Amino acid sequence: MKNLTTIERKSEREIVVTRTFNGPARIVFEAWTKPELFRQWWVPKSVGMSLLSCEMDVRVGGRYRLEFAHGDSQMAFFGTYKEVTPHSRLVWTNDESDGGAVSTVTFEERGGKTLLVYHELYPSKEALDANAGMENAMAETFAQLDELLVILGASVGRS
Amino acid sequence: MVQYTQTRFDASFAALSDATRRGVLEQLGRVDASITDLAEKFRMTLTGMKKHVGVLERAGLVTTEKVGRVRTCKLGPRRLEEEAAWIERYRQLWDARFDALDTVVEELKQKEKVVGRNKRE
Repeated sequence: MKNLTTIERKSEREIVVTRTFNGPARIVFEAWTKPELFRQWWVPKSVGMSLLSCEMDVRVGGRYRLEFAHGDSQMAFFGTYKEVTPHSRLVWTNDESDGGAVSTVTFEERGGKTLLVYHELYPSKEALDANAGMENAMAETFAQLDELLVILGASVGRS
Repeated sequence: MVQYTQTRFDASFAALSDATRRGVLEQLGRVDASITDLAEKFRMTLTGMKKHVGVLERAGLVTTEKVGRVRTCKLGPRRLEEEAAWIERYRQLWDARFDALDTVVEELKQKEKVVGRNKRE
């Protein structure tokens, strides 16, 4: 059976995602730190993006760089690993924008399963609002609704 | 939750499909108003205006509060609504990611089993 993914907005600047995996921490950690494995899951098909390249130098001070294509546009995400504790903890920065978060992922093994906790800490509430989601994509439907309201507002104003 | 968000979104569009309701939203964007004020402004009966406000309220675009005998209308808690949708999108992204990670973990486990067997043989 599929495990649940939970999300919690811990504070104005923090967001936490948890999920349990049916495998030892060693394996989940490996899937998170080997580029050839990481690229198999980081960009799910439903997102509508493709991963062009993925470089990861997983050690303290090492850098990573992910390049994506979304339609005709391309973008890159990059940063530095701050902590690397095999099979239990990774911390890295997200340096592609000023308001980038510090991401921490912990792997806790319990009876052959692994509880994964992914945590993002943003420099400010505004940065979280602007940056999180699909790496910077806000709720599109509501953006569209806002746009519609503006258009409607303009037409009401004229009539 | 996904369905909830979609339903809410559809309700918003339905609410916006009417010229009077769009006018009411625009009016409330300037200043809060009672149902009586709105009915007068849009030259409608109280009952008619109550219906329009009810549709906007169900869509979350307007909230009303009764103080004494006057029901005051104001623009709805859009921020909260946006946040709920935002969080849900974020959850969907991670859920899809982690479903894919499940597959990778399963494959690695299988591979280890095979390697383990080969080593023992």
